[in-house]
Amino acid sequence: MTAPPMLEVKDLHAFYGRAHILHGISLEVRAGEVVALLGRNGAGKSTAMKAIMGLVTPARGEVSFAGMRIERLPPYRIARLGLGYVPEERRIFTELSVMENLEVGRQAVRAGVPTWTEEKLFKLFPNLARMRERPGGRMSGGEQQMLTIARTLMGNPSCVLLDEPSEGLAPIIVEEMANSIRALKGEGVSVILCEQNLHFALGVADRAYIIEKGQIRFGGSMAELAANESLREQYLSV
Amino acid sequence: MTLASILIQLLNGLAAAASLFLVSAGLSLIFGVTRIVNFAHGSLYMLGLYGTYSLIQFFGRTPLGFWGAVVLAALAVGLVGILIEVLVLRRIYRAPELFQLLATFAVVLVIKDIALFTWGAEDLVGPRAPGLSTAVEIMGRRIPAYDLLLIAIGPVVLALLWLLLTRTRWGALVRAATQDREMVGALGVDQAKLFTSVFFVGSVLAGLGGALQIPREPANLELDLAIIADAFVVTVVGGLGSIGGAFLAAIIIGVAKAFCIGIGTVTWFGFEVSFSKLTLVVEFLIMALVLVVRPYGLLGKPQAAQRATEPAPRLQVPSWTFALVWLALLALVPLAADRYTTILLTDIVCFALFSVSLHFIMGPAGMVSFGHAAYFGIGAYAAGLLMKRFGLPMEAALLLAPLVAGLFAIVYGWFCVRLSGVYLAMLTLAFAQISWSVVFQWDSMTGGSNGVFGVWPSAWLADKTTYYYLALVLCGAGIVFLWRVLFSPFGYALRAGRDSPLRAEAIGIDLRGFQWAAFVLVGALAGLAGAVYAFSKGSISPSSISIAQSTDGLIMVLLGGVETLTGPVVGAAIFTWLRDVVARNTEFWRAVMGGVILLIVLLFPQGLVGGLKVLVARWREQRA
Repeated sequence: MTAPPMLEVKDLHAFYGRAHILHGISLEVRAGEVVALLGRNGAGKSTAMKAIMGLVTPARGEVSFAGMRIERLPPYRIARLGLGYVPEERRIFTELSVMENLEVGRQAVRAGVPTWTEEKLFKLFPNLARMRERPGGRMSGGEQQMLTIARTLMGNPSCVLLDEPSEGLAPIIVEEMANSIRALKGEGVSVILCEQNLHFALGVADRAYIIEKGQIRFGGSMAELAANESLREQYLSV
Repeated sequence: MTLASILIQLLNGLAAAASLFLVSAGLSLIFGVTRIVNFAHGSLYMLGLYGTYSLIQFFGRTPLGFWGAVVLAALAVGLVGILIEVLVLRRIYRAPELFQLLATFAVVLVIKDIALFTWGAEDLVGPRAPGLSTAVEIMGRRIPAYDLLLIAIGPVVLALLWLLLTRTRWGALVRAATQDREMVGALGVDQAKLFTSVFFVGSVLAGLGGALQIPREPANLELDLAIIADAFVVTVVGGLGSIGGAFLAAIIIGVAKAFCIGIGTVTWFGFEVSFSKLTLVVEFLIMALVLVVRPYGLLGKPQAAQRATEPAPRLQVPSWTFALVWLALLALVPLAADRYTTILLTDIVCFALFSVSLHFIMGPAGMVSFGHAAYFGIGAYAAGLLMKRFGLPMEAALLLAPLVAGLFAIVYGWFCVRLSGVYLAMLTLAFAQISWSVVFQWDSMTGGSNGVFGVWPSAWLADKTTYYYLALVLCGAGIVFLWRVLFSPFGYALRAGRDSPLRAEAIGIDLRGFQWAAFVLVGALAGLAGAVYAFSKGSISPSSISIAQSTDGLIMVLLGGVETLTGPVVGAAIFTWLRDVVARNTEFWRAVMGGVILLIVLLFPQGLVGGLKVLVARWREQRA
């Protein structure tokens, strides 16, 4: 019953310069799960993702992924273990075409993990199929958001860190984004989703953690969170 | 000029542009991905020439031998590039960018001496290309067939590079990393391997650029810094990171130089204008012009945001006690030391002021200068010429010289403060080179390559010890003054502007004006250092204004550490003393200096004084 979680974070501390951002967070994600990491602006969601990915060197704590300790590995080694990262700012290569952006994300096929090709991704994000040669810099925000997810999927990840995928998008695109995340789950890809948008998270996630001031304040099922108004009031309402 | 002679100059220029393009494209590629301004790139070009020379001797002067040598030499230079990347630069990618610059200076010194040791100091004249030593007749003029081949090679290499960058996975990775290398790493790409491969390709281009020059230019030890200046100009004019821009700029500059030589001396309205003398300056004039009109070069784009760096540490004011104790100690030295030491100390004092003034502008004011020797040299020449040519008393010449240097800084600075980052650094280099070539060629005024002689101080200062005291007082006062200025409102404004230009301007600081004033201030004080230095030596040579002098200054500052105030003084002292000691004991002092600098770079990535502070802090922590 209790298979080890796919991604496990224990007592993770991280700094930005001298500012202590993460004060010992712990969380876990099991295979095939979609887990939301909720919290207000500046709560430490993005830093948590960067610390897991090795983009911010953790000061203390453990991160295990697929049975390996990864908290001291450089980002490219972590990515090659099958952990994908989709940054909040999207960070599309603006000079490169859609196809070239995907090419940069390409990694070798991994056993036991869904494998992605350009054509399969174009089925998931039909908009991208119509602009294969367009430079990343000349795409709309929603198109860029799809491209950044598609680019990470080219690495055939078993788990994806998704930082605020609904931010700044039109409602109809947000709905498309939710469908895409459900499709990922359908393929068997695990997802950690950073969100401020509770409504969006409720529609796609199985479980949620709430982070505030660099600490985890709540961990439980989406149903629990939906039922508990005071919790939402205290940590999530603006 | 007739149509035929215009055509000839055009072809000459295009042939010269080929190598210039190859070298610059490599430099641009490496800078784009690694953000390292690789000063050693010129050394790789030089190795390309030397390597080809030796390989042709080995293979024999057959077409196969010649072309085999060219290709093999280029590939061998590529391997040298890999060595530099793996052994040195890979270890310091996380160090401040200026420190990486210091490491590449060290590599320049080491490679120069390896070349001196292997090939000797004599110029080596290579053979002509077998089978292509004939000339082709075009419009009644004879053009070497080899030149026509070179003209064809430029576009071919451009096309190959374009295919490589736009049609391969490697090219996509390189272009992606040029924009956001951290993201490329997060997508699973091993940056170290990518950087090494980029260094290989860039170095092969430099090596090939050199190898192809062997029938046109003798291999010699001055090529490294000469070509790097040219390559900087080409990349900056074309736009950093733009291969097409480098091609365009190489052609513009190659052709402009060829026309300057071809036109020769022309009489306009009774004035003689010597275009051939303009040859050394013309590329820098083009660069200054382009940067003023298009601050990112012809085909360049604004630079990608630099990666976030740690905030600069607090500067600590050296206390008056500290300064006075040191002054007193330095004042006592001549009582115990011999004449030789006193003279060496005079040198150190001059270079300390030179180095502190450079630190002021590149550290707290945040404007890195690759051409600080301009003001040192102008100060030296102004002192000498005011006395020798204008008959001023030595004392007056000494005091007016800094003002002359300041005047030049007013003009140069006006242009420079309009740019930032690498472009600013390159423009300072351009102005220094313009000054150098004027000094170098104006025989009737500056004595040309011989320099100025008999620049001795007045009788009451003739004694070496007395002059040492004068130098100590003037340069010491200059150093303390610059330090105090850093803690005045003016200094705070400069530092605010360095850390966040936008916010500084938003609170009402006229940043550009302040930076200009800083430029003039450090220019004048570097001029003072130069003037004091000139009278201590009794002669002035154009080398006091050369790139080598500018890089010496950078080495002093970076060696001591850019993050402390005392660092540049310590760096100047150690560099000057070490160079003196090493140069007295071995012909290969550069390699020794380079080796020492590399050791320091790899062991103390904060500079000597910064590194010592870290060590002391650790020691205290352990005791506590």
